[in-house]
Amino acid sequence: MTTTDMPRPVDAEAGRAAPRKRPRGGRGGGLRRAVSATTLLWVLAALYGLPVLWFVLSSFKPAGDLFSVPLKLFPDNPTLSGYRTAWDSANFSQYFVNTAIVCVIATILTVGVSCCTGYALAKYDNKWLKVFFVGILATTMLPSEVMLAPQFLVVRDLGLYNSLAGIILPALLTATGCFMFRQFFLTVPDELIEAARIDGARELSIFLRIMVPISRPVMLTLAILSFQWRWNDYIWPLLMLNDPEKFTVQIGIQSLVGAQNINWSVLLGGSVISIIPLIIIFLVFQRYVMNADINAGLKD
Amino acid sequence: MTKRASDVSTSPPRRRSKYTVAPLVLIAANVVLFALFFVWPAVIGLVYSFTNYTGVGAFQFVGLDNYDNLFGDSAFFDALSRTLLYTVLFVPLNFALSLLIANLLVSRHAKGASVARIFFFIPWLLSPIVVGVLWRWLFGENFGLVNYVIEELGGSAVPWQSNADLSLMVVVVAASWAWTGFSMLLFIAAIKNVPVSYYEAASLDGAGPWRQFVSITLPSIAPTSFIVILLNTIHAMKEYPLFASLNNGGPGTSNNLLVQYIYQTGFDRGQIGYASAASFVLMLILMAVAIIQLIVNRRVENR
Repeated sequence: MTTTDMPRPVDAEAGRAAPRKRPRGGRGGGLRRAVSATTLLWVLAALYGLPVLWFVLSSFKPAGDLFSVPLKLFPDNPTLSGYRTAWDSANFSQYFVNTAIVCVIATILTVGVSCCTGYALAKYDNKWLKVFFVGILATTMLPSEVMLAPQFLVVRDLGLYNSLAGIILPALLTATGCFMFRQFFLTVPDELIEAARIDGARELSIFLRIMVPISRPVMLTLAILSFQWRWNDYIWPLLMLNDPEKFTVQIGIQSLVGAQNINWSVLLGGSVISIIPLIIIFLVFQRYVMNADINAGLKD
Repeated sequence: MTKRASDVSTSPPRRRSKYTVAPLVLIAANVVLFALFFVWPAVIGLVYSFTNYTGVGAFQFVGLDNYDNLFGDSAFFDALSRTLLYTVLFVPLNFALSLLIANLLVSRHAKGASVARIFFFIPWLLSPIVVGVLWRWLFGENFGLVNYVIEELGGSAVPWQSNADLSLMVVVVAASWAWTGFSMLLFIAAIKNVPVSYYEAASLDGAGPWRQFVSITLPSIAPTSFIVILLNTIHAMKEYPLFASLNNGGPGTSNNLLVQYIYQTGFDRGQIGYASAASFVLMLILMAVAIIQLIVNRRVENR
């Protein structure tokens, strides 16, 4: 990314809510451009929003009304029966709990190991660290989808087959996470560490007491990303889990899709249930995702 | 650290290099994970690709037979060419859409950008499985909203599912829709970093908005464009869950992509050695893509 000392002042606050109230040039050309840009933007936004809207509204229709022509955007008698069936008889409550356990544990551990690694890569200088840095870079070239079979055998040989640990552990090392923290700690002045060293602080306590607290924004951003990755994981849990009691939400949905006759009412309900946690997390922590310089970690 | 103090006096005081224990402790967890879940699988994967291993029992080394068979396997070639076609369609569409939207969102002229942004971002939160279900619901041949609207407008139902090419198109559009949010974020960050003085100078010289976009924005965000294309290419090459839920690689096996092929040979048919060989072909393609793009990027930046 091009870094410049002169960000555009106009757009610097574009991330905030509320339309910016700036005096605009009163020329007709400016107004015409404003109208056309706003129209285009909102037409596109509507096109992007429509599929989700149709999907969510359909999920409130009773099973019998799903296919009745003419299709109606709003359900006549909205019902939660699809949701109820998905939650109870299609066992989504169990899947939901499993997925939540995986996501929470994996997210905490991912943030922890990424923070340690990122700090070491940014603030220490020795050749092993450089070698390891290249190693982490290599993991981006060889995603686990490419090594499905051998990775499966390794996890099986470690005795983690059909356990939630078998999903969590292989997912903890992420290049994005390490690079995000590395990038952040590079911006922390070395003088801070030097001062603490002069005061007699030990290396690890400098890290724990000073560096960990100031990296909170990065932690939150990575936590949200990691939660989303693990929540949406499909192929690895599918391989690892054999016992329906341990299935995650995504496998649950796909098993409904894979059925001979798709029960759309249950499928729509289950899918919408599976979206809810991520939407809530996103809306609450929006600014940590939107304002995050995610590519800071990817481009170095 | 008192122990280290003696080392410092003997060796020339190079900055920071005197600390070895602390950084090693800090990276220890990740090093273990790296060794277990990256190095080990990569090594045995390479070894197994030269064997007829089935996942259990003994195996024999078969030399390059797996690779030989792979190049004579029409199912593999179909999967490979379908994956490449998907990538070639998805990457430009996603690039164009997210660049357009990013520009609109940072434009001073567009109102309500902060709300509109959420609409573009939400699809990215959805899992590929849910995206697949959602578009399957939208493009169902007999029940989908899209065909319903087409028929209402006097057209005839389009075979979105039973025609292989149309089915692929639906996946391409769905994937571009779902991935706009991510590419868009990268573009927004890049566009905001272009110095505003460039635009002021250009508009004094009488350059219109299109001209400014082509001559200032595009060259300034070239490194980000490079990253977006690279990430999206890698992402597209290993796509599987979206196909699994949208059309299950169908109709028939016409839209089976590489990862699905690897999955099926490795786990449904138990040919681990053969699947490993296919994995390494995919890996070589990914590396080739990365290297080609690095070279192109360097050439563009040095121009």
